[in-house]
This record gives sequence, C-alpha cells and structure tokens, in this order.
Amino acid sequence: MILDGKVPSGPIETKWNTYKDHINLVAPANRRKHTVIVVGTGLAGASAAASLGELGYNVLALTILDSPRRSHSIAAQGGINGAKNYKNDGDSIYRLFYDTVKGGDYRAREGNVYRLAQVSVDIIDQCVAQGVPFAREYGGLLDNRSFGGAQVSRTFYARGATGQQLLLGAYSALMRQVDAGTVKVLPRREMLDLVMVGGRARGLLCRNLISGEYERYAADAVLLCTGGYGNAYYLSTNAGNCNVTAAWRCARRGAYFGNPSFAQIHPTCIPESGTHQSKLTLMSESLRNDGRVWVPRQTGDKRNASDIPESDRDYYLERRYPAFGNLVPRDVASRAAKAVCDEGRGVGATGRSVYLDFADAIKRLGEDVVRERYGNLFDMYQHISGENPYQAPMRIYPAIHYAMGGLWVDYNLMSNLEGLFVLGEANFSDHGANRLGASALMQGLGDGYFVIPYTLGNYIGGTRLEAVTTDHDAFKEAQDAVDKRIKGLLASKGGKSVKELHRSLGRVLWDRVGMARNRAGLQQALKEVTGLRGEYQKNVRVVGEGQTINKQLEYALRVDDYMEFADVLVRDALDREESCGCHFREEYQTEDGECQRNDAEYAYVAAWEFKGRDQEPALHKEPLEFKSAELKQRNYK
Amino acid sequence: MSTMTVKVRVWRQPSPDKEGRLVDYTVGNVVADMSFVEMLDVLNEQLVAAGEDTVAFDSDCREGICGSCGCVVNGVPHGPGTGKTACQLFMRAFTDGDTLVVEPFRAKAFPVLKDLCVDRGAFDRMIAAGGYISANTGAAPDGNQLLIGKEIAEKAFDAAACIGCGACVAACKNASAVLFVSAKVGQLSYLPQGQPERYRRVVRMVDQMQKEGFGACSNEGECEAVCPKEISTLHIQIMQRDYLRSVLRGA
Ligand SMILES: Cc1cc2nc3c(=O)[nH]c(=O)nc-3n(C[C@H](O)[C@H](O)[C@H](O)COP(=O)(O)OP(=O)(O)OC[C@H]3O[C@@H](n4cnc5c(N)ncnc54)[C@H](O)[C@@H]3O)c2cc1C
Ligand code: FES
Repeated sequence: MILDGKVPSGPIETKWNTYKDHINLVAPANRRKHTVIVVGTGLAGASAAASLGELGYNVLALTILDSPRRSHSIAAQGGINGAKNYKNDGDSIYRLFYDTVKGGDYRAREGNVYRLAQVSVDIIDQCVAQGVPFAREYGGLLDNRSFGGAQVSRTFYARGATGQQLLLGAYSALMRQVDAGTVKVLPRREMLDLVMVGGRARGLLCRNLISGEYERYAADAVLLCTGGYGNAYYLSTNAGNCNVTAAWRCARRGAYFGNPSFAQIHPTCIPESGTHQSKLTLMSESLRNDGRVWVPRQTGDKRNASDIPESDRDYYLERRYPAFGNLVPRDVASRAAKAVCDEGRGVGATGRSVYLDFADAIKRLGEDVVRERYGNLFDMYQHISGENPYQAPMRIYPAIHYAMGGLWVDYNLMSNLEGLFVLGEANFSDHGANRLGASALMQGLGDGYFVIPYTLGNYIGGTRLEAVTTDHDAFKEAQDAVDKRIKGLLASKGGKSVKELHRSLGRVLWDRVGMARNRAGLQQALKEVTGLRGEYQKNVRVVGEGQTINKQLEYALRVDDYMEFADVLVRDALDREESCGCHFREEYQTEDGECQRNDAEYAYVAAWEFKGRDQEPALHKEPLEFKSAELKQRNYK
Repeated sequence: MSTMTVKVRVWRQPSPDKEGRLVDYTVGNVVADMSFVEMLDVLNEQLVAAGEDTVAFDSDCREGICGSCGCVVNGVPHGPGTGKTACQLFMRAFTDGDTLVVEPFRAKAFPVLKDLCVDRGAFDRMIAAGGYISANTGAAPDGNQLLIGKEIAEKAFDAAACIGCGACVAACKNASAVLFVSAKVGQLSYLPQGQPERYRRVVRMVDQMQKEGFGACSNEGECEAVCPKEISTLHIQIMQRDYLRSVLRGA
C-alpha cells in the first residue's frame, strides 16, 4: 500500500496557516464532553495534556512513573533549538528546516519539518512565560549556544539541565490544569493495550502498578506520548523505564511502525565499564562547542594523554571535516569514533574510547567560564568515572540514544488508526534518518503545545463519535488477553532472568544493527532474534506476584515486547539497501567512507504492519518528495 | 578490577498495610564503579536466581536528575557524601565487608507502598496548589521582550534545580517539606513572570503543605545537607517573608 502523509497543498511557507484556517473546530462549550487520554507525561505528553486542558477538553494523563515530572525528558541536557535569529548570524525558519532535513539525510517529510521550524519560535516564548530559567546574557537577553549540524547559534539552554527545566515548565502547566479540574493525572499506570471500537481508537487498558489491578479508560481519542525504544538495545542513554510497549501494543492492533531501524547513536557517552552497568550516561553534545576530540596518531600509543605531544595527536574530526569540525552531526561523529577505535587507536583500558579534551578551552576561557557552562556535566563525569575532567581529558564512546523511528503518523500526527495520535519521540517523526541535537525537545513541545491542539480538534470536530463505555466487549477482550499474558509470565520459572535475556538481545542489536550494518550480519541477527524470542517464551524466570508492585513483572512485559519488536527492527535495516544517516550499510558507502544514499529506490518511509507473532510483517511505503530542500549528498567538509 | 562483598540490611514491607522489617543479605562481586542502585540490581538478580521476590525500589534516569530513586543508607538520605542521589552514589564510597542499612524515606506524608517505594504524591498536590505561572499556550510575548539579568536568571535556576526526590523531608526530624516548597516559591518569585501570582501562590502552597501532614521548620538545616542539588535554605527565608507579607495583606 502507498501511504499518504496528507500534507496540505500550497507553498511550504503557508501550508500550516492555510491548514489552520480551514480545519474543523470544536466549540468551547462542547470540549468538556470529549475525553482525551494522553499516555505519557514527558515533554510531548505534558505539553499536550496541559494545552488540551486549557482548551476545555476532559483529559486523562497516564504515566508509569510516580510523578509526571520524572519522565525521561527530564534528563535532556544540552538545549532546544529555536529559529529566533537573536544572534543575527543568518538563522531563519527556512534554515532550521533545511538543516533538519539535511541532517536527517533526506528521509523526513518536508511539510512536517517546515511546520516544526515555524513553531520553534513560539516554543521559546511559551517556555519563558512559564518561568523556565533559560541562560541569559548580562544585558538580560536570552543566550544561545551551537549544536551539531548547524553553522548558526540557535540553541537555547538552561545550564546543562535544559530538559529538566522545560519539563518542569510543562509539568507546572499540567498541574495548573489539574488544579483547574480539566486534567486528571494517573501516575504509576502502564498502558498494556489499545482498545479499538468501530475501527477507531476509543480507549485503553492499563495496569495499576501499585495494586496490580487492571483499569479501563474510554475516550474519544488516544494520544501516545510514550517516548523512544532505545532500551531495546539493553544499554542506552535512556531512562530505565523507557520502553516500546505502548507503541508495540498499538502496532499489534494495526498501527504501522515507521523506520524502526533508525536508532540514533550518540557520539559522546561515558564508555561502558563492566557487565553490572545498567545504563550509559550521555555527555551532552554541547560539550563539542569547546571540547576537542582526538586519539593518538599511532596505534598502540599507551602514554597518558598529557604525555602525548600535539604532534602525536590526531584531531580526526577537525582534520576530516574542516567546515564543521567537532560539530559534525551525530551519525558522522559516531562512525568516525568507531573507525579510529577499529584501527586500534582507541584509548582507555578497553581501547574503545576517544578523548574529549577541554585543555584548550580552559586555557582560552579560564576554568571558571568552563565550569559555568558545563559544571554539572563535569561533576557527573567525575562522579561516574572517578576522574577529574578539568585535569585530564574525558573519555567518551558512542551509545544508543534516540529513536528516530516510531509509529507512523500523517501531517495531523494521527497514525493509520483513526483516533490514535502519536507525539514526541514515539512517532517516526521529523528527524529522518538522523536527528540533530536540540531538536527532540523542540519536536516534543512543538507537537504538544502547537500542533495537536489544532489537529485533534479537526478530528473530533469532523467525526461522528458514538458513545463508548468501558463495558464494551472490546475492553473485556483486551483485559482477558493482558491477563493471560501476565499469568503466563508469572508462571514462567525458567532458567534465565529477564535481565540476562534482555542483555543477550541488546548484544545482537548493538553488534549487528548498530553503527555499521551489512546484509549477512542482519540475516544472522534475524535468526538470533527469533531464537531469543523462543528462548524467552520457554526459559525466562519471573518472580513475585501480580497483585502488588512487581518491577520484575513490569520489566518482563517490556522485554517480551522488545523480543517481538526486534524482528521488525532488523527487517527494516535489511530492507533498506542504502546508507542514510544512522543507517550505515557497509555495502553502500562513498570512496571516503560516507553514506551512499539511493534516492531513486529508497526515498520512502518504511511503515511496517504487524501480521502476527513469528510471521513476516508487511511493508507499506510513503514516498518522500523534496521540493524545498534539494536532494544532495550531505557534505560537512 | 578487585571486587568486594557487602552486607545489606534492607527494609522489606509487602504492602502499605502490612508490617515491615529489616532483612539481611550478602552481595558479592561488588565493584567500585557500580552505583548503589546497580548494587541493588545485583542483589535482585541473586533473589531472582533463588526464586524470591525482589526488593522494590524506584529509579529511572540513573543520572541524578529525575528524583525517582531515594532511600536512606546508613541513616542518611541518598547515603554518604554530598550533592548526589542514590543512583549517583558509587560503591567506591564503601569498603569490603561494610554493612549497609537501607530504608525507605520515612514521613507521615510519604506512606510506604512496598519495600523502598514510597508515595510522594503530596509533592504533586503542592505544585498543583499554585506552583506555576498561569501562562496559556500560545499567548506568550517574545522571549526577549522581558529582560532578565544574568544574576536573576542564575538565582532562579539554582532554586529550580530541585528534583523533587523528597530527601529533604526524610532528613528532617519534623518531616517538613519547606525546602521543596521554598525552592518552587523562590524560583517563581525571583522572576518577573512570577510576580502577579506571587503572594497568592505562597499562601496556597504553604497551606497545602500543612494539609498534607508535613511538619514545621525548626531551622535545623538537615535538608540542605542531604539535598542532591544543594538547594539553599536561603529560599526558606524568602518564602517565610512572602508568606507573612501576604497574610498581612490578607491575600
Ligand atoms: C540523556 C539524554 C539527553 C538528551 N538531551 C537532549 C537535548 O539536549 N536536546 C534535545 O532536543 N533532546 C535531547 N534528548 C532527547 C529528548 O530528551 C527526548 O527525545 C524527549 O525528551 C522525549 O520526550 P517524549 O515526551 O517524547 O517522551 P519521554 O520524555 O520519554 O516520556 C515518555 C512518557 O511516557 C510514559 N510511558 C511510556 N510508556 C508508557 C506506558 N506503556 N504506559 C504509560 N506511560 C508510559 C513514561 O512514563 C513517560 O511519562 C536527550 C535524551 C537523553 C536520553
Ligand atoms: S534514578 Fe533518577 S535521580 Fe536517581
């Protein structure tokens, strides 16, 4: 099937305004009659729930965590883009749009990206109004820094905790609506199934994570704002509770999964130190503003960093990409780090890391300025590694970080299932095959504050929605199915823990569907994933009971979903016989080892339809057209 | 890398209405680079292998910013050391053979749900009682229209850094939540955007705090000492001053 993204016609600059001028509306007095469920309270969910509550809808907001404020968005460090051009350095909406499409290696939908660049400006204003303490200059103006893949300074930040401050802003707007009685927050709830009635998403089934009881909620629309699936790879920079469950359960109900193999690997993370490790900690991309990346020129040079003279160092990013230097996009920087380590020039005990060095910055700016810019990141590095980055360079290595892939949505952010909207990292999104830094926060808030209030109104205002209550058979069917799954897992007393099997799955994905992929490896991965899925079913051991807090059970359900999801992730990587962005197929590279796209055959979004466990999924395509950003080989030299 | 073995005495309580008690475990193969919660992961893997229910504890980001994790280790919320959460407490703080007594954050307003998990919903309810600026989506003026000096922005950030973990409450002998409330009140009252609701906000939040059953402040400063973000008790003075002013004004 050829999918239609439903992008409005007309010039790209006016599409969104024309759209807004002609959509269906819901009258203020009628809004409270419509219940909307928002699953997830990160930036996307909190901003959506707050804005819809303000409009007068009756909103239910669920999160796994004990408070909306703890959602994974809280951990974002570096910043958020906004095309304000406050620096007078040539930024514009068009340029942000262009950088994002190019950064994504021409695998995103132009209409959406342009709209995102347009609303980016309003996001900054909205956050300031909420009291987000963005960094300021002495004169009181908002300050900016630079991020990868751009030659302008358009990133707004709040020290190294931008995500925290933005989320606390959205959370406060959300709690204001709780105060006003328009939003009800349901913490410690996990969505375990989507309920479809009459071909539309009309509710969900969740588990109360304290009592273990099943709860049914009916609504006129369901908004999935459940974040990304990086944890499928076991180790990632994501928070422990990030998962694919909500999205995958919707996929099992018929929602198409877009570009699942587009998983971003972030170049600057603290390297793995042992098997006990439960996560990899990111060192923000903003550090590449002032830090210089290098390895020794010679293989096997085991001297201390400080004993290696300038002439024996290779600042390989500055050497290979003089125009962008240390600020090349993430996919490019990650592969370059892998390449030097593969050559045997990596540093540290394992040889799988490179230096990120601040000595020059400290010399140029003084330690105080460096501390003011990055103090909390330096502290975090020191806490974790036990080394002082003011004195010796940091050691970093790439790690799984962000999911560009996600449920397929059209211009309205609606999936192929009517009434199921997907926002933030959970959708396949605006980032194509590679996301630029500081653009996820922008997208989450753009979707929640400025897009969904219009597109949801258009849907509800233009659709005849029959009354549905939780007595409907569809709810019972969903509950019975979930109950059966849970009982099955609780009865499973095999020989391996959930963690062990998850770690094995992660190993396969990282080795074969990570920074470099090839046909033989992917075919092998497909077999290995099938094997692990079978083993999981037979041999996992789940302890504890159902009617109480049971974190092992929660984890077991999520890994069960990764086991199914991994299959489509691998197939997607296998299907795409080209290299683009994060998806580097070794068979398709330019002479100097860069991605070789194949626009004639692969300029499409791959949207996968689930056909049953252990069955081949069906591939649907949304062709991509590039009218405003000319298709070109990416060049950061 | 050399490994160590530690004894862990953990609070086990099946549910809010059942009795709890400390249970002893031994955890081997602990390395210095492991975080405290990763050590609990290792303990839980042992329990899974033995077919026993695991120790329930909350954690999410594991980098000290979400405020999910939190328990009392050897009598100190988030354990020994300053300026960090339990997930950023590393086992290099301990030595081979040490005993770690691990308990939940205790306070009347934080009922224990299971083992180390407590209900901190009261914090959300205090924020809902005015811990915000009323700024409807889409109605904001240009971000640079309001000039905010660097010092003010930094001061607001220092207060806004609070992660809402609840260690301040657990450390206080009165189980007071004033550090948490004053951090939010402070942040918003330093900023020009927060002025219109300044006095109404402080009264509502403080009243809610009392309703939730948190105790009064007796200036012990224990809260600041354990705060992972080292939030200053100076905000408490600002809060108390604003509260008095608004009561006098009859706000
Ligand atoms: C360490 C780190 C640093 C980052 N730094 C930056 C940065 O500087 N700039 C930038 O632009 N981006 C950054 N990112 C990316 C960005 O933070 C995320 O992409 C973004 O915050 C995702 O927001 P979200 O609202 O889509 O999802 P999340 O914030 O992940 O929220 C998901 C929500 O859904 C809930 N949920 C999930 N599943 C279920 C379920 N089944 N049932 C109920 N609830 C569920 C969760 O509990 C949570 O509330 C960073 C990411 C990481 C990991
Ligand atoms: S797990 Fe987030 S602060 Fe510890």
